[in-house]
Amino acid sequence: MTPLLLSAYTATTCLGRGLDATRSALRAGYSGLAPCAFETVQLDTWLGEVAHVDDEKLPAALAAYDCRNNRLTQMGLETDGFADRVREAIARYGKTRVGVFLGTSTAGILQTELAYRRRDAETGALLDDFHYRTTHNSFSLAEFTRDYFGLEGMAMAISTACSSSAKVFAAAARQLELGTIDAAIVGGVDTLCLTTLYGFASLQLTSTQPCRPYDAERNGISIGEGAAFALLERTDAPAAGSILLLGTGESSDAYHMSSPHPEGLGARLAMEAALRSAGLNTADIDYINLHGTSTPANDAAEGKAVAALFGTTVPCSSTKGATGHTLGAAGAVETIVCALAITDGFLPGSPGTQNLDPAISVDYLKQGRAGSVRRALTNSFGFGGSNCSLILGVAA
Amino acid sequence: MNAKPLTAWIEGIGFLAPGLPDWPTARAVLRGEQAYENAPSVLPAPAILPPAERRRASRVVKLTLAVGLEAAAHAGSDVAQLATVFSASGADGHNCHALCEQLAGEDRQISPTRFHNSVHNAAAGYWGIATGAMAPCQVICAYDASFGAGLIDALGQVVLDRQTTLLIAYDSEYPEPLFAKRPVPDVAGIGLVLTPERSERSLASITVTPETTPADRLTDGALETLRTAIPAMRALPLLRKLALGEGGTVCLDYLPPMQLCVAIQPC
Repeated sequence: MTPLLLSAYTATTCLGRGLDATRSALRAGYSGLAPCAFETVQLDTWLGEVAHVDDEKLPAALAAYDCRNNRLTQMGLETDGFADRVREAIARYGKTRVGVFLGTSTAGILQTELAYRRRDAETGALLDDFHYRTTHNSFSLAEFTRDYFGLEGMAMAISTACSSSAKVFAAAARQLELGTIDAAIVGGVDTLCLTTLYGFASLQLTSTQPCRPYDAERNGISIGEGAAFALLERTDAPAAGSILLLGTGESSDAYHMSSPHPEGLGARLAMEAALRSAGLNTADIDYINLHGTSTPANDAAEGKAVAALFGTTVPCSSTKGATGHTLGAAGAVETIVCALAITDGFLPGSPGTQNLDPAISVDYLKQGRAGSVRRALTNSFGFGGSNCSLILGVAA
Repeated sequence: MNAKPLTAWIEGIGFLAPGLPDWPTARAVLRGEQAYENAPSVLPAPAILPPAERRRASRVVKLTLAVGLEAAAHAGSDVAQLATVFSASGADGHNCHALCEQLAGEDRQISPTRFHNSVHNAAAGYWGIATGAMAPCQVICAYDASFGAGLIDALGQVVLDRQTTLLIAYDSEYPEPLFAKRPVPDVAGIGLVLTPERSERSLASITVTPETTPADRLTDGALETLRTAIPAMRALPLLRKLALGEGGTVCLDYLPPMQLCVAIQPC
């Protein structure tokens, strides 16, 4: 593919709001995970909850969108000056020429979960103040973002569970390359809800401790939430140091709904496709941000795929011990982590990981360290066997 | 920059809607050879799944397998090789209701199967397991604009990646109380096999451009009701042209004020 410019980007997770909070937490090896104290949830697990999400007030004209997921969407958009950069792009290109491509796993389903607790006692009906379209529906965050900026062009939500907001980069890149749009707001937002918390617990995939990616004793995920965005544009002559999207790769496991292919076959296909898309070899990659959920099956399968392709030559880490697994937002969050690694020359470590799994032979970074990163690859894999790898680079 | 046209050739069509169990029936109705009679959608048992899975398959899984396999068979495509784009305005409504009901009660220990079936890409996941397709699989939601959003992304893959892509646009119903908030009346879906090159199997070429003109309507009142009641059925004006083997341009509802005009050239 032709490289695309990330002309603005931002991330908000339990590490804090925006790039500076994220980078200082990654440098310090800090984890934002804390024991679960969300809503009425009674589970022995740790969460990566974003502070002050519910303090966010949506504009009155967009009140029907009000729910935790869109509050976090707005909070993310209004961080690091991202919304201003979007408005500048709209002024430059026009309101039909800026597309919206956002990933989510559960959007605002929490709103429906809460609405089901207060149904009409006689009829069982949901109350009038519950708005399905603008909160629960998977498109709600994309439609909110489109309306927030008064856009009139294409928009879509991609919902492939935990690969959602990696795949938005591929979909937006296609439309930019075709020239159907001139800029794209890409990203992902997922927020804590009962469906995912009790759901992952039912699959025995949540840990009772902070998650420990690639650790020999890893025993499950810590669920997080997050909002991360990038503004993607075509570029002829990017300024030196600009972050570029160099390649995208997508594949399917065709294996199982909630377990990865045991040999990591789909993961490998996605990484190979991303390298092909970028016109790069494995030796060109300086850092891999792993999917690294900290479940026994994911890390084993991904580790096999990474080891088969890269051996022990490329330093890699999962940052989910810091942010938690932000599910449908993970692809975008970790793309921003890669952008920071490139910009800062700092390879993040893996808070929580103590004793590396000896069965996985990759160059895993328990501790962060300084190092030049010119090209970084990030993996995102989801339920249903949906895989996506992205490669970021820097303009010379 | 000059935009590359969003163009593809259609090699296969799958269809399932209330009163229209497959593409041959829908084609006859859209050609005016047969009257439209509204009746509950009939979902075939997916023969491609092993017997145990077949019994457990949900309505959206049966629906997507039905229209996807019909389109692939029509095109003579090997389903294991096809890239896919799934686009739906919602996931499995019955499963969602059951989860929300249980999570509102005292016992929140939901079933793991219910949980993994709750993801928007559940039908896409079962498609991969059933067909063995390891190609890219996209899963989109754009509420009422889901057909148009799926078409845009599928055409992007066809034009840029030169990859034959199966678009499966589909929707299903919620039970009450969500039904009152989102009254999709029944399941319905469309499968289109889209190729980058013309072949002897090509039925027509399509080229999609954004416009702001109002959508074409169907003169038959019941079919027009179907078009507006189920998001995937926003494609009906295009399918009518394909049924008649007519060239020309139709406009489809997308995301107001943006509409999609489709220029059709029969082969």
